[in-house]
Amino acid sequence: MSYDWLIQLAQTALVLALAPLLSGVTRKIRARLLRRQGPSVLQPYRDLLKLIRKETVIAENASWLFRAAPYLILATTWVAAALVPTFATGLSSLDAAADIIVIVALLGTARFLLALAGLDVGTSFGGIGASREMLFASLAEPAMLMAVFTLSLFAGSTQLSSISAYMLGPGYSVNISLALALVALIIVSIGENARIPVDNPATHLELTMVHEAMILEYSGRHLAVIEAAAAVKLLLYLSLIACVFTPWGTAVAGAGALAYAIGLIAWAIKLAALAFLLVVFETAIAKMRVFRVPEFLGIALMLGLLATILLFVAKVSR
Amino acid sequence: MSLSSPCCLSQLAASGVGVLLALPVFGIFAARRALGSRLIYAACSAVCAGLAGVALITLLAPAARLEPVEIPIGLPLARTFLGLDPLSAAFAVIINLAASIVSGYAIGYGAHAREPQRIVPFYPAFIAGMNLVLLAQDAFSFLVGWELMSLASWALVVSEHRSAENRRAALVYLIMASGGALTLLLAFGLLAGAQGGYSFEAIRRVGAPGVGPIVLLLALVGAGSKAGLVPLHAWLPLAHPAAPSHVSALMSGVMTKVAVYGFVRLVFDLAGPPAWWWSVPVLLIAGITALLGVLYALMEHDLKRLLAYHTVENIGIIFIGLGLALAFEASGLRAAAALAFTAAIFHVFNHSLFKSLLFMGSGAVLNATGERDMEHLGGLIHRMPVTAVAFLAGCIAISALPPFNGFVSEWLTFQAILLSPQLPQWVPRLLVPAVGATLACSAALAAACFVKAFGMTFLGRPRSKAALGAAETDRWSQIAMLILALLCLLAGILPGFVMDSLGAATQMAVGARLAPQSALAWLRIVPIDLHRSAYSGLFVFVMIVLAAATTAFAVRRFASHALRRSPPWDCGFPDASPATQYTAGSFAQPIRRVFGSVVFRAREHVAMPKPGDTAVARLRVELRDTVWDGLYAPIIRLVEATAERLNRMQFLTIRNYLTLVFAALVALLIIVGTWR
Repeated sequence: MSYDWLIQLAQTALVLALAPLLSGVTRKIRARLLRRQGPSVLQPYRDLLKLIRKETVIAENASWLFRAAPYLILATTWVAAALVPTFATGLSSLDAAADIIVIVALLGTARFLLALAGLDVGTSFGGIGASREMLFASLAEPAMLMAVFTLSLFAGSTQLSSISAYMLGPGYSVNISLALALVALIIVSIGENARIPVDNPATHLELTMVHEAMILEYSGRHLAVIEAAAAVKLLLYLSLIACVFTPWGTAVAGAGALAYAIGLIAWAIKLAALAFLLVVFETAIAKMRVFRVPEFLGIALMLGLLATILLFVAKVSR
Repeated sequence: MSLSSPCCLSQLAASGVGVLLALPVFGIFAARRALGSRLIYAACSAVCAGLAGVALITLLAPAARLEPVEIPIGLPLARTFLGLDPLSAAFAVIINLAASIVSGYAIGYGAHAREPQRIVPFYPAFIAGMNLVLLAQDAFSFLVGWELMSLASWALVVSEHRSAENRRAALVYLIMASGGALTLLLAFGLLAGAQGGYSFEAIRRVGAPGVGPIVLLLALVGAGSKAGLVPLHAWLPLAHPAAPSHVSALMSGVMTKVAVYGFVRLVFDLAGPPAWWWSVPVLLIAGITALLGVLYALMEHDLKRLLAYHTVENIGIIFIGLGLALAFEASGLRAAAALAFTAAIFHVFNHSLFKSLLFMGSGAVLNATGERDMEHLGGLIHRMPVTAVAFLAGCIAISALPPFNGFVSEWLTFQAILLSPQLPQWVPRLLVPAVGATLACSAALAAACFVKAFGMTFLGRPRSKAALGAAETDRWSQIAMLILALLCLLAGILPGFVMDSLGAATQMAVGARLAPQSALAWLRIVPIDLHRSAYSGLFVFVMIVLAAATTAFAVRRFASHALRRSPPWDCGFPDASPATQYTAGSFAQPIRRVFGSVVFRAREHVAMPKPGDTAVARLRVELRDTVWDGLYAPIIRLVEATAERLNRMQFLTIRNYLTLVFAALVALLIIVGTWR
């Protein structure tokens, strides 16, 4: 039992520790695809270190909410990421505490706080970012939930470990609903992580940014914490897709050290592969106009709904 | 007779209502002095707290069935029964808890009323009416309580009678309330049947056959209009904000729950066993209500009206749970029905907490600034820090975000939705996922709505002089708001206790209850079984606190401590004018463009002067209330046209009148004769 806790703790620490590396890897792959050399994969760590050593400048009329928000945003995102099985699954302490709906909702809390932080100083950019983020979320979150429902209906459970066990188990077969849910989940991941074509993480061109607009007033340690939260969020989505759709190799609770080692390696490979696919998609497509994004996310919502309805109609109750 | 015996408890509750009924008389005299109205509010608060306590004991007492007390007063032929059964006790706890705290708030807030004599006497009568509805064990007392509640709240709505807008709101409310009461009267009449046994006991025993569907429809109209189901919600966003804020809190946070009780009592308890298709209209209307309510709220810039529209959304969520419970119960899936019903009543409880809290916060803002329009507010987090904290808690809770309470009830509703493939019928199976999608959509839109509400009111820079000069509200109000904020958090992290308390009511309504929750490790809730789903609010809360503390500690230990205040960066173009901030209108504009162009036929008209012309450019947004245009406007036109025609009848001679009376008499006799 205490063993379980240890693994859980390791998993919790790992998602935070590896998140910047993952965004470093995506940047590197992107640079290589654009025929640039690109910075080292460790660059995000250096950026974070640089940021926390710098003086923090905040606006004159920023309230306590502005200063507290980064910590709460990181905390909720981090807890959500820790709830996703990464290299080991079925850890009893977490299974019994929160399911995938909780993960979606925790990300919602983080987004809520971020949007409020964007509005706190009272600049036009903060407002534009918060407004658009909430618009995108109003479609992305239900889309995510519908995809989640599809998975839950398959597995007869909203717990990620059960879903992942179901995918490995004998009851699983390739199914149209599952494919629709996967596409919906991918679209949501792109939207929620502020990737092209929804948003551009690299830009500071005023009218094209959403996520960057909200955090425009942040600097120093606050910015470092928010950047870390964004990296954790990307890791969370990729881990989630990996855990549900490619559950192979993941260690089951109580397995030996070897199983855990295999689980770790499998997780790393899956993340790298997904990051590669994400970047290929990103470099192959242009950024959309803001009002095209709701249509893009609306597709995800419709796919998710379709997947659920197909299941509701087809499924014999289990 | 010992204190804990059920009969004694019913008498205690009845005497509590008696005290509330007596308070208005004192209120007439007390309202002249500030101290007097404070005392009345304090008495209301104390009596409500007592009633909540009595109801809680009834709810948790093992005795399943309590004998109603017969009261010697009332109508000559009908006997009056008052008492608490588990169902009414559950609602009585919820309603009196909120009413008690709101009355505590009113001790401070009520002192600002311009004409207290228009408010103070009606306030206890309003609470008494709501309690009478809950205590009633027969149709007559139920309807008398219902009408007392409606009329007292109408008087409170019209208390600020100088504005034409409020008078119109009160008129619309009065018409809708009388229509609603009429349908309830019909529903009870049908249920009582030819024998006319009007006590609930008799109705249950006789069980008039075949009237169930009609009673369902009448309850949907009668209770639904009070609760604010679309399309009968039209009065709600007019009347709720028109009243003083503590009354708004009661109307929106509490009275709508009495309406839900009315529906539950009629449909789940009295109308007999449901058929599966009963759930279809309920789910359809509930889904539309949830989505339309939040979209209306998003388009609104008036803080109190935004909150009122948001009540419509939450009523939709509650009715989604009730509709699911009907579907499951009809198909014999008792455990699932218990889950859906618990989710609905849990949401009733949650909504009574956070909606009261938010209305109290908006009252504090209104008091401090004289403004309800968010376009003139801003920056209040600096000037009203306590109100801001409490309001923020309410916003997070109502947006269904963990670790607050709104999330738990939505989570339970989602769990119930995920059970619905078990339903044997095709129609609900197709309908339920769509309803689930609407629920998910409305939850996400609610978050957007409350980012707007909190952000525009409390964050940013003040948009008017009034907002700049605001000061924190009084102590009573602050304490009341903080208590509710704390309750929102507690119900969110310890949901098992709430669910267990609702067990007896669920048993009574759908004939099954959830397994006991509060004894599980980490205080988690497991609605069905552990392999299916579990949620521990406490665990999530502790994890968030730990994670935030770890981060803050690490940053404190390793990061630079230097902090400097400077003008905002804003991409290098900071503008000193607060007018350059995003406004409530601009915040909602993208959502209006995406959702509103169909639902509200939103159109933007831009009046752009020609180049070289220095005239002001104007952007005008046109929103149509499609429900009002499509349903109410034609009815109003019809009534007016008919009244116009009938106007001639005022100027007839006595002979004509006598002829008319005679003709009417003959016609009636013919009808009665042929009917037999």
